[in-house]
This record gives sequence, C-alpha cells and structure tokens, in this order.
Amino acid sequence: MSSTATVAASRSGESSDVLLRVENVVKEFPVASNKLFGRSHDAVHAVDGVSFELRRGETLGLVGETGCGKSTLARCITRLYSITDGTINFDGRDISRLEGSDLRDVRREVQMIFQDPYGSLNPRRRVGSIISDPYAIHGTVDGGARKRRVQELMELVGLNPEHYNRFPNEFSGGQRQRIGVARALALRPKLIVCDEPVSALDVSIQAQIINLLADLQSELGLTYLFIAHDLSVVQHVSDRVAVMYLGKVAELADVDDLYGHPRHPYSNALLSAVPVADPNTAAQRERIVLIGDVPSPISPPSGCHFHTRCPKAQERCVSEDPALLPKFADAPSHVAACHFPVADGEDLSTAKAAIDQEDAADVEDVGSVLSGLGETPGFAGAAGGEEAR
Amino acid sequence: MALLEVDDLHVSFNTADGVVRAVRGLTFAVDKGQTVGIVGESGSGKSVSTQTIMGLTAGARVSGEARFEGRDLLTMNQRELRGVRGAKVGMIFQDPLSSLHPYYKVGWQIVEMIRAHTPISKAAAKNRAVDLLRLVGIPKPEARVDEFPHQFSGGMRQRAMIAMAMALNPILLIADEPTTALDVTVQAQVLDVMKRLQTEFGTAIVMITHDMGVIADIADDVVVMYAGTAMEKAERRELFYHNHHPYTEGLLASIPQPGADRTKRLLPIHGTPPSLIQLPTGCPFHPRCPYAFDRCVAETPPLASVHGRADHLSACWLPSDEGERQGERARVQAVLAEHTEISTDVVKDFAAVTA
Repeated sequence: MSSTATVAASRSGESSDVLLRVENVVKEFPVASNKLFGRSHDAVHAVDGVSFELRRGETLGLVGETGCGKSTLARCITRLYSITDGTINFDGRDISRLEGSDLRDVRREVQMIFQDPYGSLNPRRRVGSIISDPYAIHGTVDGGARKRRVQELMELVGLNPEHYNRFPNEFSGGQRQRIGVARALALRPKLIVCDEPVSALDVSIQAQIINLLADLQSELGLTYLFIAHDLSVVQHVSDRVAVMYLGKVAELADVDDLYGHPRHPYSNALLSAVPVADPNTAAQRERIVLIGDVPSPISPPSGCHFHTRCPKAQERCVSEDPALLPKFADAPSHVAACHFPVADGEDLSTAKAAIDQEDAADVEDVGSVLSGLGETPGFAGAAGGEEAR
Repeated sequence: MALLEVDDLHVSFNTADGVVRAVRGLTFAVDKGQTVGIVGESGSGKSVSTQTIMGLTAGARVSGEARFEGRDLLTMNQRELRGVRGAKVGMIFQDPLSSLHPYYKVGWQIVEMIRAHTPISKAAAKNRAVDLLRLVGIPKPEARVDEFPHQFSGGMRQRAMIAMAMALNPILLIADEPTTALDVTVQAQVLDVMKRLQTEFGTAIVMITHDMGVIADIADDVVVMYAGTAMEKAERRELFYHNHHPYTEGLLASIPQPGADRTKRLLPIHGTPPSLIQLPTGCPFHPRCPYAFDRCVAETPPLASVHGRADHLSACWLPSDEGERQGERARVQAVLAEHTEISTDVVKDFAAVTA
C-alpha cells in the first residue's frame, strides 16, 4: 500500500531525525441521515489514508484546494480531532490515542497558528492574558514572571510590550497574527502547525509574517507543518511539499523537485494555474484548465480519486488506486500516486482522457456556443445592441 | 472618447468616529475592449470607487464625474441608472454565495435579469439562460438551470454570476475580486471564461483585485491604489518591469516569486496602511516608505508623467528619470534586506529563559 512505500522510502534517512510520523491516518465525519427512518452510514472521508514524515527543523508545506482535507489533517495531528484510523507518532511516541494529562503534555510541544486572526482571539480579553493562557493552562510560569515572559514574547514577535493591556480589536490583522504566533510560541513547542497563517492578510503584511516565521525558525530551531493554498508562499517557505487531493497525498517531494518536475497530473494542473506576478511568464505559460469540480468526499471516485478530472485518465485509473512511489528516475524522496505520471516536458494541455468524463463534452463546445449566442431565437434586442456598437 | 472616464472622484462617509475619506481624487479611463486592473490592499478604496460609479454607495458624499458613453453616471437618476446597470454594465462581485438569492433558482435569477431589460418571452429568456450557463462552462446546463445556488459549488456560483453579468452583452464588465474566494484551478477556469468572452464580444473589463498575479495575467492598463487615491498608473509590462512608485515596488517585492532564490528574504512594506479618518500629511505612503524624505511629509505629490512616458504616471517626489530612480532602488533594497523581523538579542534572552 501507499503508506508502506513512503515510510520505507523515508526510513532510509536517520530515524531519530524524524519528529513526526503520520501513518495511514484516516478521519471520517459521519453524515446526518436525511431519511425519516433508519440511520445513514455515509461519512465524509476527509482524510483518507495519509502518511508522511516530518524531520526536525524542516518545513513541510501542505497544499491542496478547499475540501482536500489539509486543515482536517492539521487538526488530527494537533489532536483537536480524534482520528478514525492510523497512527501519529510524535517525537518517538504514539500520540494517536492519548487522553487527558498525557495529551496535555503533548500539546505543550505541538502548537497551532490559525488562519483567521479575527476569529482566533477572544475579543473580550486583553492581549496579555490571551498570550499568557498557555502558561495558565499548563501551570508552567506564575505571577510576575508570567507578565515578564509575555512581554518578552510580544517583543519577540515584533509587538510593543506596552500594549499588554490592549484588546484584540485595537490591533490590525497583521498584528493579530503576531499575537497568534506569540501564543503558539509561549511554551517553546517543537512543532508548530501553521494552518493558512497568511491567507487572510494583505500581501505587504503577508511578507512580514512569512519573514517573522522564518526568523523564528532559524533562531529557535522550530519545525513547521505549513498549510496554505497559495503555492508561491508554500514554495518560498517549505523544504518539502505534499500535494493533497480529496483526502489523499497525490505527490510528495523536495520543493525544487515538486515545482520543477511535478509528476502527478494534478500537481501539474495546480502549478500551471498559479497566478504569477510577472506578465512575461504569465503569457508564456501553457495553462492546464481542469474540467469540472472536486467530487464529493462522501462518495469519492473509485481507484485514483483524480480520474474524473484527469487529462491522462485511463481504465486502470478507475479500477486501481495508485500507490505513492517514485516515478521515472526520481530520487526516493520524490513520490507520486499516479499510474501514468507526467514526464519532463510533456504537454498536458492537449492531453485527452481515454475514459468518459462526465463534464468533458460541455467544455468542448464552448466555442460554438459563443459564436451562436448572437442568434439566440427571440433575442433580437441584444443582437441588435451588438451591431449598434 | 473613452468608454468610461472617471474624473477626480471623491467619496467619503460620515461615521461615528469621523469622516472616512475612502476615495480621494481618483481619475482613470477605460477604452472599449480594454481591461483595466485596479490593484490595492484592503481599504485602498478600489471597491468603493466602482460601487459609487454604479450608484451602489447609499449615504456617501460623492463629488467628481464618471462619464459612461459621455453621460455622467453620478448625476443620473435611479431610472436612468437602472437602464445602464445590468444592460450596459455588468457587475461581478467577490462573494458569489451572498450575491445570488438563496430562495430562487439560478435560472430564474438570470431570466429575471434578462426580462427586466428586454421584452422577450420567458421561454426565450430561459433558453438564453441555458446557453449562458453552457457558455461559462457549467456542465449539464439544461438541468442546472433549475437548481438553487446552494446546489452549486463555489466556482460554479461564480461562473453563474458571470453568466448573469454577461446576459445582456454589456459593453463594460466590472469585476470586483471575482476570483478571490476561489481555488487556483477554479480561478484559472473563471479567468479563462472572462478572457474568452472579451475576445469574442469585445467587452471592456475593470478588474479589481489585490492579486498582482491576476493583474499580470489579464490587465492591459493598471491603476495602483493606496489610501483612496491612485499612486501609479501604467501599461502592464511597464508597471511590472519599470515601476516608479515605492508602493508598487513594495507590493511586488512582498510576493514570493516562483522560481526565485528561496534563501532570499521577502522585502515587506513595514507598518500598516493609514487610517482613512486621519490621513498622514503629504504623501499618504510616507510613513511606510523606505525612500521618504522631508518633502514627502510636507507636500502631496501629484500624479505626474515619469520615465519620459506620457502613459506612465506616478505620484511620487522621487526623480522621474528611470536611471536616477534605479540608483536609489539598489541602495534602499540593500538596507531592507538587512532588516530582520526579530532582534537577535530578544531571541537569545527568550531561548535562555525557556530552555
């Protein structure tokens, strides 16, 4: 299975280097029945057998579109959700089934920064008390020392320590995200899970927070799991990147390998769709426009989850779930879950799936609709208007 | 004559905290078939200005002119405006869920839009709605036309919004962050549809966005807004490769460039945007500007031609000659690159205490 392959591949490295090992993690959410009688057995397969390793001091980027399960996975790793199946190994210890005070000990070492700097801070509490919460909960620092430590933290993340008694609404979005960073750092965790930490911020502020996270990492030796949908940001911050699609890892590789030689057709499509702030690159690029939408995670497609939209899909993709393995002559650290990986220089924009894909036909005849629209029966008004121009 | 000419537009709102000056003297023009990108961060006034042009900012104090096909939209009465909105100018908003009515079928909403402006039968309008949905790439439009907005995915809703905006073949399309709420692959689909429509029908587009990537992809001319006013205006390539204003430069340096050296730090713009109630004196960008000098604090720079090009305007006191400006740039960027977000002393203290 896919999990054994990745684990075997990455175990060739130093195993004591590994801070976090996620093996075959599954998270399902039961769906409420909409029938009057009887219980539904449906479930949202949010995370569907994900395995990877995170080494000390590195940043693993996790990318994917809305609903691919990346945030759910983050919450599983921080044990905010209990997992349905699989194991999570943190610092040599299985934390996937821990409860109570054991779990609390782990949480000292695994902290999280959330996406929404407005929603993640209690508006009725002062910033000083928000940042000192970890000390109160874990009982590590008390009294006057606590206030001193919090002010140090505020200084550390670039806030004015004199603003200790202010409320969150007195801070801008970027400053609030700094508060979130300070709170996550308070207990000197080993791992920080950053769930879209800069998505809600304006670009100029985004860069400030990205630099702050990078500075903290190099000074304090932190390990990041960095989740984002912005592929340029992920490329900038990550050492390795995992691409998720519909609850599964589609491709996992060192950042330069992934961005330079994407093997999975989904990674290719994703990368080709990233808006580049450079007109010449944008003009040259062959964009792969995917057909249709992400299928429902309640009943994901059989075989490879991506086969309903993949330009290279064949019969085998429908029946057989591809394992996460190195393709071509790639390094063992570069794995992709695809039967028909994309070779370097292959043009996907003209590729055509060998199986029937539901949405394909409609996209094909857009051109004819465009030309025929002016003559829509009974639509003289608009057609006339067009001539008048 | 340009299709849309906005001239010295001012918009302000009275609030309990004081007068918010959302737009201050904005001037731009859109030609037929052209795409003008308006880029800026939250609160720069980019949305308010276009909403005001379309008469959608009730309670605002407005001055200036916005001539569409030679007629001033700002002095039109509601009835005249209604003849322009929808029929001649289509609008697409950021959040497709809140701009579609949840109680009505998507097709019904498009039909209503068509029939409000043209005297055609319901059946013909519905056929048109199906064609439009197909046009924007919605699968099985015959069935989808009778579905409700909640049955559509985010990308499909936005495409339905585009279908509605395009329903009457408008001459101008105002798209206010149309792809911000969407995933990149869906964003690619939506931009693709908009480009195709533009080539086919010659629609002019005003694209409002905070994403320089979208601008690089679709805009012909670009207006960079900050604190309610235009900081720089130029043709797209000129703006990306020969920008003059330090704010434009800062925006571009803040974005991680694909393929760039990853060990190089981003060069963020320090500080935060100013309050629109109490604006800084002189140039509104001077408190954050790494180039700022005395004159920037005292006097507001006008939009003036730079780099010897009449179509490149920048509101900045820095030398207008490109060579002189470049020299400054190298010096300032070297200083910026040295800056770290945290001071090493603070880190050492913190590490020692918590170890």
